[in-house]
Parts: sequence; structure tokens; C-alpha cells
Amino acid sequence: MSTNSFTLTDEMREQSIGVESEPVSMAIEQGHVARFAEAIGDDNPAYTVGTPETGGIIAPPTFLRAMRGIRPELPFDAPFTRLLDGGSDWEYFGHVRPGDTITAVGRVEDIRERTGSIGQMLIATIKITYRNQHDAVVATQTSTSIRY
Amino acid sequence: MSEQIYFEDVSEGMELPVEVRNPTPRQLVQYAGASGDFYEIHYDRNFAQSTGLKDIIIHGALKNAMLGAYVTGWAGPAGELRRLTVQYRGMDYPDEPITAKGHVSRVYQEGQSNLVDCTVWLENPEGQQTTPGTATVHLPSRSD
Repeated sequence: MSTNSFTLTDEMREQSIGVESEPVSMAIEQGHVARFAEAIGDDNPAYTVGTPETGGIIAPPTFLRAMRGIRPELPFDAPFTRLLDGGSDWEYFGHVRPGDTITAVGRVEDIRERTGSIGQMLIATIKITYRNQHDAVVATQTSTSIRY
Repeated sequence: MSEQIYFEDVSEGMELPVEVRNPTPRQLVQYAGASGDFYEIHYDRNFAQSTGLKDIIIHGALKNAMLGAYVTGWAGPAGELRRLTVQYRGMDYPDEPITAKGHVSRVYQEGQSNLVDCTVWLENPEGQQTTPGTATVHLPSRSD
């Protein structure tokens, strides 16, 4: 429980919305995809040997979570030390396959302040856009992060 | 290989088959390694309890992945996941059964796509929906 008193001003909100992270890139490896599928307990052959329908091996839908450090920096200091993941909204536009290089950029879509059962919270909506080496958007992930 | 379900087979209100999973601490370590999320609340009981949790907890992202596997398994080899939303409402712990359930909420066509919206969720042993979500899949047609 935080006892901070913090006010998110309109100015801070305006400065935050639209802030982007540095791009992060990852080469997609077949062994990594197989280990991820095993870890999530999904034995779908699309992730290990490929299927006629998928035209070869593809990555599981949430595999892109393995790309880390995609965090836009807020342009102000907030006195919160804890972070909760509130959830995600994924949209898929194409497959991710071994051999692809995916580049991700996160953008602050919204930020708001609320007081709830865990005290004062700063709730940020971050949209990550994942592009492949052909500059095609393969997925977007809009997630809610809660600092408190 | 799972069987294929077709667009014509689906109607609003239809239930997805219930699936029970039993995540273990070992699986959480596997997921930490595969995803790179090494936050200690997912594998170090002392650390987890020092933050006020009763035990280590399942990664939210692993629950997201479980719902993804649940929906794509149901949609079959030619089904395509177009959208997946998930909310983390409650903690889940390893060594407890976690149950995936769902039903079809909308069946419609958009452009060349045969779309099915599903309401899905994960339930803890007390029957609470800790992880509600929605999914949109494209299903093949029998006339394709």
C-alpha cells in the first residue's frame, strides 16, 4: 500500500500520450519457438514441425511476450515501486515464423490515475506494434500496466 | 492432430469443451526461461511471501498463453486467431487445477472472413473467474 500523494496533471498526461519506446528487435529461432510451446503446454504441431494449413512452423499467439524491455519511459517521476499487469488485447495480422526478425515499438496510448483497494494507482495503456523484416505489422498488443 | 470445426457447425451460445490444466512450479520455471520473465514471485516462494502473496503465482502471460492454446485448439488446424483479449482479475497458484471454459458469443461474416467471437475464461478451484477474456477466430467453411 502506498501512502504517496501524487497528482497526474493534464500537462503530464498530455506529455505522456504518444511517447514511444526505443525499437527492440529479436530474431525468431525455431528452438526458442519449440521451447515456448512446450512451456505453455501446447502440443500443437504448428509450433514444432509445421502443418499444411500454416505452411511451415509458426510461433504461438503470445510468443512475442518473449521480447522484453519494450517500455516507453514516462516523462515524469512517479512515486510508485510496484507494477501489476492488468491484461492484454492482441490483434493478429500475420504469422511469426522462425527466420523472421521482429521489431517492436511500444507507445503510450493513455494514462490515468485512480484510487482503489491497493491505494493510489497510475494506470497506463501501452500499445506495442510488432513488425517483421518486410515492415508488415504482424501483431499489436495493447496492455494495461498498473503502478502503485 | 485435432479435428477441424467448420463455420457452419457453430452457433451463438454453443459451449467450448471444458479443459482442465494442472500447472506445476516446474512449468512456471519453464515459462520463465522461455519468456525471459524471471520475476521471482513466479518461482521463489520466500520472495513471493515477502511481497504479501500466499505462494508463488502463475505468470499472467502464461494464463494468456493458456487461453490462446484453448481457443486455437478449439478452432482446429485451419482456424485462425484474429484477436485475443485477457484480463488478470485474480491470482492463480501452481499445483491447483485451472479450468478453461468458454462459449460462442457471436457468429458473423466480414469481408472474406467467417468470424466467431468467443467468451473464454480460466477458473480457479473455487469457481472464480480469475482470467476472463474474449477471442475472435476465423473458421473455414465446408464450401471452401
